[in-house]
Amino acid sequence: MAVATEPRPWTPDQPIIQLIDVHKSFGALEVLKGVSFSVKKGEVVCIIGPSGSGKSTLIRCINALVPVTSGTILVENIEVADPKLDKLALRRKVGMVFQQYNLFPHKTALQNVMMAPMHVLHQDRGEVEERARALMKKVRLTGKEHTYPGELSGGQQQRVAIARSLAMRPDVMLFDEVTAALDPETVKEVLFTIRELAEEGMTCMLVTHEMNFARDIADHVYFTDRGVIVEHGPPDTIFSAPRDPRTQEFLSQVL
Amino acid sequence: MSPKNTPARADAPLPVLLPFRIEPTRLGTPRLAPVHALLFGAGLALLAGTAWAQAVDTRLSPLDVIIKWAPLLLSGFAFNILISMIAMAIGTGAGLGVGLGMLSHNPVLARVCWALTQFFRNAPWLVLLFFVMFLVPFQITVFGVRIPLPDWVKATVGFSLPVMANVAEIVRGAVRSVPSTQWEAAESLAFTPRQTMWRIILPQCVKRMLPPWMNLYSLVTMATVQASIVGVSEMLTLTAQVHTAEGGRPELFAPLYGFAMFCFFLYCYPIDRFTARLERRFHIR
Ligand SMILES: Nc1ncnc2c1ncn2[C@@H]1O[C@H](COP(=O)(O)OP(=O)(O)O)[C@@H](O)[C@H]1O
Ligand SMILES: [Mg+2]
Repeated sequence: MAVATEPRPWTPDQPIIQLIDVHKSFGALEVLKGVSFSVKKGEVVCIIGPSGSGKSTLIRCINALVPVTSGTILVENIEVADPKLDKLALRRKVGMVFQQYNLFPHKTALQNVMMAPMHVLHQDRGEVEERARALMKKVRLTGKEHTYPGELSGGQQQRVAIARSLAMRPDVMLFDEVTAALDPETVKEVLFTIRELAEEGMTCMLVTHEMNFARDIADHVYFTDRGVIVEHGPPDTIFSAPRDPRTQEFLSQVL
Repeated sequence: MSPKNTPARADAPLPVLLPFRIEPTRLGTPRLAPVHALLFGAGLALLAGTAWAQAVDTRLSPLDVIIKWAPLLLSGFAFNILISMIAMAIGTGAGLGVGLGMLSHNPVLARVCWALTQFFRNAPWLVLLFFVMFLVPFQITVFGVRIPLPDWVKATVGFSLPVMANVAEIVRGAVRSVPSTQWEAAESLAFTPRQTMWRIILPQCVKRMLPPWMNLYSLVTMATVQASIVGVSEMLTLTAQVHTAEGGRPELFAPLYGFAMFCFFLYCYPIDRFTARLERRFHIR
């Protein structure tokens, strides 16, 4: 059980995300079996591992889309598992991008980006629109503001989805296999956008199958299998000299 | 038709019938257009006229009877439309509430709304109409003010009950058909469930709900003639009265009721076509 404590004010020298012995079960199926790690501000963390190992579940626990069974998750010292959690406070700090983009199909690209700041944060429309246009430019989609998601390519939709998350001005971005549904040419555009974000100092947690990208961009790589972190370390160590046989086997299959 | 196109088969019709076989047209299955409706109406009038011409009488011809009474009959028809629109408005509002209630996380509310929907969806409309006619008083008193409830108001309420149940089912189905990933995306952007429903889910559902909703409207319009059974002066009631006023002549029966049918057809057919077009368009997207 999480002990309800007054959150200490968070300072940037403390971990921005901290997981302590997180367990998650769906019924009888234990998907996370005691996961602990921490992410520093500005760090880029990649999570790799075979499908079904609990990567999506892990990342969803961090913004409380999935409630944990036991353990502690702190985001800027906010206890995510606290039943009295202020979800709005948490979710404006944590942006999330999904594999299937999940844009709102009845709204244009620009409206998709503007919706949450306007209706959730009740910010001024003019200011939000200005920011949304700037974000569309940032993801290199100027000119597509008034296009509906159905008329955009997968890569374009995914970049709108990134802009939509950024519009809430999060401190952390979570990416769950955001290029897995894209065709190879458009993967590059999306990875380019993520790289830019990372270089600007955004704290990023990525679940990815793009091993070269992970190796290139990550400060730290976690290899998960069957609900546990098997091995972690700097990308060069993980990719060049994995110690655990499971990591070795996985990498030999995907590289 | 050349023999080349019709190889002789054991089950082929007698050759003598072949010339009468209708070639499939370019359009495929014959489609009805408003012009057909006009032809239908004209045919009806002609039929009435010729039937009359055979009888030797100085009384008004059926066509003249229709023309004479058309203003009254059409005012009755307008009443049918009014009842259908009000019933639809009430039923849609209530149905939206009941439909969302069925989707509520509150199990009691969800069960109650589900039961309401099932009950009113599976009761004959006429029986519901009778119930409302007999259970609702002819006037109600609100804050000392007596509000009379004429029969047509009660009938409208009676029709709005099945509308409510059907709309509730349309809403429930449409909301359920939106992928759960839309809810997740909204949740991750800090939308509350209520905001998600009204700003993200329901607007997406409008497209899916419109064709069945318009279809329901057509059905309600046609059902409003049932109000004649409980004495509302709508078109069917007036048609019967006109028939009596004209001496109940048997040869007037078909023209008068044909006129009523024609009015409903003219009104409902375009709605039906439009619905089909919407359906096709939404299907392609
Ligand atoms: N909502 C859920 N209900 C039941 N089982 C689930 C649910 N979400 C995920 N799982 C199961 O948890 C396991 C891990 O899933 P997931 O976290 O999606 O893995 P990954 O993202 O690594 O492929 C899988 O066996 C999956 O079937
Ligand atoms: Mg996954």
